[in-house]
Amino acid sequence: MDFTLNEQQKMLKKITREFAEGYIAPVAEESDQNSKLDEKVFQKMKEMNYFGTCIPEEYGGAGLHDDTISFCIVTEEIGRVDASWGITTGVHCSVCAYPIYKFGTEDQRQRFLIDLAKGNKVGAFCLTEANAGSDAGGVQLGAVKDGDEWILNGSKIFATNGGIAETLLVVAKTGEKGSRKELTIFIVDTNTPGYSVGVKEDKLGVRASNTSELVFQDVHVPQENILGKTGEGFQLSMKILDFGRISIASQCVGLGQAALEASIKYSNERIQFGRPIGRFQGIQWKISDMACAVESGRLLTYKAAYMCDNGMDYSLVSAMAKLVASEAAMKAAHSAVQIHGGYGLMKAYPVERYFRDAKMGEIYEGTSEIQRLVIANQLLRKGANIL
Amino acid sequence: MKVFVCIKQVPGVSEVRIDPKTNTLVREGIPSIINPYDKNAIELALTIKEENGAEVIAISMGPPQAEEILREALSMGVDKAFLLTDKAFAGADTLATSYTLALAIKRILKSAKNKKDYLVILGAQAIDGDTGQVGPELAEELDIPQITYVQKFELKENKIIVERIFRTEEVVIIETQLPALLSVLREINIPRFPTMSGIVDAYTKKEVISLDANELKPDKRKIGLNGSMTEVWKIFIPERKAEQIIIKGTNEEIAQELCRNLKNDKIL
Amino acid sequence: MSIFIDDELCTGCGNCVENCAFSGIEIIDNKAIINENCSFCGACLDGCPVNAILIEREEFKIEKIDLSQYRGVWVIAEHYKNIVHPVAFQLLGKGGELAKELGVNLTFVILGADFDDRLEDFSLYGPDKIIYIKSPILKQYYSDLYVEALSDLIIKKKPEIILIGATPTGRDFAPRVAKRLNAGLTADCTGLEIDQNTRNLLQTRPTFGGTLMATIRTPNSRPQMATVRPGIFQSPERMRKKTAIRKIEYNFKEEDLVTKIIKVIDKERSSVNLEEAEIIVAGGRGVGSKENFEMIEELAEVLGAELGGSRVTVELNWLDQDRQIGQTGKTVSPKLYIACGISGAIQHLVGMQNSEIIVAINKDRKAPIFNVAHYGIVGDLHEIVPVLIEEIKKNKNKE
Repeated sequence: MDFTLNEQQKMLKKITREFAEGYIAPVAEESDQNSKLDEKVFQKMKEMNYFGTCIPEEYGGAGLHDDTISFCIVTEEIGRVDASWGITTGVHCSVCAYPIYKFGTEDQRQRFLIDLAKGNKVGAFCLTEANAGSDAGGVQLGAVKDGDEWILNGSKIFATNGGIAETLLVVAKTGEKGSRKELTIFIVDTNTPGYSVGVKEDKLGVRASNTSELVFQDVHVPQENILGKTGEGFQLSMKILDFGRISIASQCVGLGQAALEASIKYSNERIQFGRPIGRFQGIQWKISDMACAVESGRLLTYKAAYMCDNGMDYSLVSAMAKLVASEAAMKAAHSAVQIHGGYGLMKAYPVERYFRDAKMGEIYEGTSEIQRLVIANQLLRKGANIL
Repeated sequence: MKVFVCIKQVPGVSEVRIDPKTNTLVREGIPSIINPYDKNAIELALTIKEENGAEVIAISMGPPQAEEILREALSMGVDKAFLLTDKAFAGADTLATSYTLALAIKRILKSAKNKKDYLVILGAQAIDGDTGQVGPELAEELDIPQITYVQKFELKENKIIVERIFRTEEVVIIETQLPALLSVLREINIPRFPTMSGIVDAYTKKEVISLDANELKPDKRKIGLNGSMTEVWKIFIPERKAEQIIIKGTNEEIAQELCRNLKNDKIL
Repeated sequence: MSIFIDDELCTGCGNCVENCAFSGIEIIDNKAIINENCSFCGACLDGCPVNAILIEREEFKIEKIDLSQYRGVWVIAEHYKNIVHPVAFQLLGKGGELAKELGVNLTFVILGADFDDRLEDFSLYGPDKIIYIKSPILKQYYSDLYVEALSDLIIKKKPEIILIGATPTGRDFAPRVAKRLNAGLTADCTGLEIDQNTRNLLQTRPTFGGTLMATIRTPNSRPQMATVRPGIFQSPERMRKKTAIRKIEYNFKEEDLVTKIIKVIDKERSSVNLEEAEIIVAGGRGVGSKENFEMIEELAEVLGAELGGSRVTVELNWLDQDRQIGQTGKTVSPKLYIACGISGAIQHLVGMQNSEIIVAINKDRKAPIFNVAHYGIVGDLHEIVPVLIEEIKKNKNKE
């Protein structure tokens, strides 16, 4: 067992950190307040290949498709300075571009993947609906076959990247087998007539990332845009989300790390009762707990990535990673604000933003409760020895 | 055309600190980086490659760990990288360093079709030593023209036209032919970041070639400590103790007292 | 070449660890161990109380040069549009002291085209000799011509010490001359002393961005060359003195040049002249805002001082770049330096610690600026500075 990063991974980490601190961090605050990603940073992220991290070079990516640990490192470093960017590229890569590479046909890769990997187009994964959240089976958006095409009708909500995406993976109901719905995933080009973006959500945290309602009115999608097979949408969605959770977990690790670093810095600088507050046990305990939590999340995340790269079933561990890392980030951000005292409430200190951003991690792509459900179901069915 | 870029691994100086309690250097967690000026040199070389076509070759002399900065250079888009590493090279001052770098450049040029079609670029100085001497000394060793402190560059057929700072107020535009050596200022460009795919290429498709004293066959009197005319006699943390008088009192008293003192010192 | 620790002698005291700037020594099990960071600089040798550290150098048949053939201190000047860079005169001041200590002559060397009428003026700065290398083309600076003319001259005349201003020009030709002569050259010195026993020049310079100082010597060869930072040494008092003048005419031709100057552009000359100011009032982060700087400016005004600042004030746009003092800005040595709200990071201190009198006003008694200050005032500058301005005005009126 080897816990050290290889030289290439160290370089990816170092360069991404330098890039993130140099380009993303200076405008993170402003982007949060404007609820919009910075256009210049967007261009730079494109040039740097961050939209194609886990895609092979022949499709315009960085060639790290077999090295999910590197994808984790990159997402973590981006998330460390700005959770909004961590989500934007994380979601784009993990639950849109990567599934098209993994499960798509060569034709689909040529038509959609290259533009996604190069960042010419942003991608999104659309599952959630008004009545289908934690219960993914509740999908109502329907697709009806019409010759060589399918016609989609309905709407999705809370779609991360929804408003800025041009390539969507849309989970639609294509039939019913007894009490069970039959779901299928369609790759939808947003320039297709009948598609429109509805409400752009005004959120508590990760405000610069786009979360939108998407409306489909007689949207015609050709048969060859089906990802995988007709009727396999539910199982495929679960696989896609397994990988997506690694990305969310990584972004949360980055956020937790940022909260920890800010707290350490402040604890050494802030003087009360004649000494730095870091000398007080009350603060020390918080710092230790934060560090332990963040590191646990990181280790589980890397383990899930390792299992993924080695062809093992990583579904259980990725759920654990997402659960632990997101709760660690929330805990770390919570403590960070507490350590900062009154200053922690102020926009002048980034921990205020971390606190708001952290809450997202516990909710989207499966709430903490759903992760616990997934974890417990597997354990109860297969026993504890599957770990 | 070959463009050689000589780069150096340095400690991130901005993070070097003195521990005020022990009055010693705090060394924990100081990262090693590419000398920032050298990144500008790499950027210029890559721009020349993109605009005129060239093979960009990075060379660094240093311990085996210096491979890291050569990988970073490769990640940025440099074609080939050479690491000159040998215990015999250690302790080199700028004379010995420039001699060793010149050996490597000459060796690489041996296989070139046109042995005069090359350019050498360095950062104007390294942030650890701040000497800026290796460039001119290397140019002398290679017997080629040098232009130091360059802030603008243009290549027109074999002619190089550059802007060099002369003093803070004056800029000189100079022209020379290839081969030549340039040392560049930070103002000349903004170095690119290695892209993700650039990094992957640097570790999977490119290599860092190590050259030791056996391969470079130097005159042993000219390398390392033996080839260095200067030696570090001592390194110390500057003492900064002045005879201090802390002036106390009300603001008015302080102002009066200070003026009185400055008058006594014949300054006011 | 190798470095050894004599385990029997080593007491594990750790002095060497503290003296090492490269983390090249550790104490393990109470003994010093050299690790791969060692650069063989030898800084540890002197600090070892029991002489347990040995550096062994391979002995080669290096022609031992007779150091005693080399005598005299040279200062090489540079100029632009016939104006000699003031560092040359500062070096005549320091060079004079060194020459006196060594009991040798001080020589001023200048390359140019139109200095015939100025030579007498140069002699007022105290050189025993002036060598004037004259050629019409030397109106301008050309590295290759400087290198050629100077190398020839040095080989013939064999000075033991050569001082050159650490300006972009000096730092351009000096290394190339050093390489041609295989001479040791130390860059950007801020301190020069003579070791009386060996006649070695001890050259002290900041390194690691000013965090550390290194003293460099050139024990086995001559000449010993140094470029010296402008603004460190004082120009000498001018006085009449008998000076031998030697003019050497060169017939350099345009065709001989390997680099051609196409154009010379004058940037707008900055009106800020920190290097030559007698009094400087400088502000730091503690000033608080661009608006508050007006108060600092007013203090400068009543004192007839130049205004300066630390790096952060420039970064925050409170001050223009050309007013920055410190490692990445100007090095100054005025008679009076008043530091307001400057904590005194090492990078700032290296740029101003040679000032004759330093006054520090800062809230934090522990700020490192107080270590270099002659007069320290602990308090809020926003209250003290206005009172001080009034007091100075009063004093001026009395006069």
